Amino acid sequence: MTVAAVAVAALLIAACAMALVRIIRGPTTLDRIVATDVLLAITATAIIAEAAFTRDPTALPVVVVVSLLGITGSVGVARFVTREKP
Amino acid sequence: MSPLTKRERIRSRITAVIGLVLVWNLLWGEFTWMNTISGAVIAVAILLVFPLPPVKFGGRLRPLHVIGFFARFFYDLVVASFQVAFLAFRPGEPKSAIVAVELRVKSDLNMTLVAEAVSLVPGSLIAEADQQTGTLYIHMLGVRDAEHLERLRAEVLHVEARLIRAIGSDEELRRVNAPREEPAT
Amino acid sequence: MTLQGVLDAIAAVCMVTGALLSLAAGVALLRFPDLLSRMHAAAKPQVLGLLLVLTGCAIRIATVVDVTTMVLIAFFQLATAPVAAHMVGRAAYRDGQTRTDLLITDELAPQMDRFSERPAERNGRASVDPPA
Repeated sequence: MTVAAVAVAALLIAACAMALVRIIRGPTTLDRIVATDVLLAITATAIIAEAAFTRDPTALPVVVVVSLLGITGSVGVARFVTREKP
Repeated sequence: MSPLTKRERIRSRITAVIGLVLVWNLLWGEFTWMNTISGAVIAVAILLVFPLPPVKFGGRLRPLHVIGFFARFFYDLVVASFQVAFLAFRPGEPKSAIVAVELRVKSDLNMTLVAEAVSLVPGSLIAEADQQTGTLYIHMLGVRDAEHLERLRAEVLHVEARLIRAIGSDEELRRVNAPREEPAT
Repeated sequence: MTLQGVLDAIAAVCMVTGALLSLAAGVALLRFPDLLSRMHAAAKPQVLGLLLVLTGCAIRIATVVDVTTMVLIAFFQLATAPVAAHMVGRAAYRDGQTRTDLLITDELAPQMDRFSERPAERNGRASVDPPA
């Protein structure tokens, strides 16, 4: 199980790094929103993975909130950036 | 679209309350009388303060087809995920296309559910939806050529057909099963 | 091998596959050429990745209270991911952030004038800008 935990952690960290690179590079606000969305989902995945490996469900309600709120950010911003001038 | 009758309106409210009570119970993690009653009170309060637009549901549930729909949906979800994952690691820029698919049943419920399901199957994303004509404009990823495109278009209509078979009314079912004809404009 | 061992092995496989799909989403985010293609990465491999990790978690923590929480997480994910993807995708298309050279066909472009007036109405605001 330890091997699996290390592998999952490494994969998720790599995925996070790529999402971060996309957030930094942009080039537009919408690109950054998409990347932030993915980053949030990877964070949720990491919390669930942590709960699974330690068999400790304390953090699971956090994921419920995260998976519900993730949408509000992207929808809210997507509505208002449409007329963005480069 | 005809306005809702009083009975349909009440039925749509009751469905919303049942859904909210179910979510409330799941949030608490167990089904008890206490949770159900408190959930019902809160659900009614929420629906009074934030009324949902009533949903017209004219069909009936066909449990076997509902299971079939979900089984196929999850199969497609898995295939789609691995296809996009594969595209991500393959060299070269993937081609895409935006296609218009006119649904045969133009109710809001049908359009919403088809759009949700299509968004999660191989390489497709709803770019725009036209309520008046019941048309979904779908951005498809990893399209190889025109023939492949037509296959993807047919696949969307199959999703609709499966959905109607699961929850549609008899009249809608007839429309889906009828041979495809060009709309007279 | 005990039953516990077998279950743990299944959970481990689920979680590593899920993490791999999350990585694929990251790679797609970096490599895909335009915004709409990247949206696909956000909407798909990542949702299944989360569901797989969730399955692994449900196998490891098999109590009713926690499994119901996980069912809710899965439901919210499946229900919200397409909505977010659609909203951002629509904004991107209207803003012209699509690489048209990568499109085989675009059946939406001829119809766009039908949609152009609507966002202002939907926001409940009067249209201030003169139509471009």
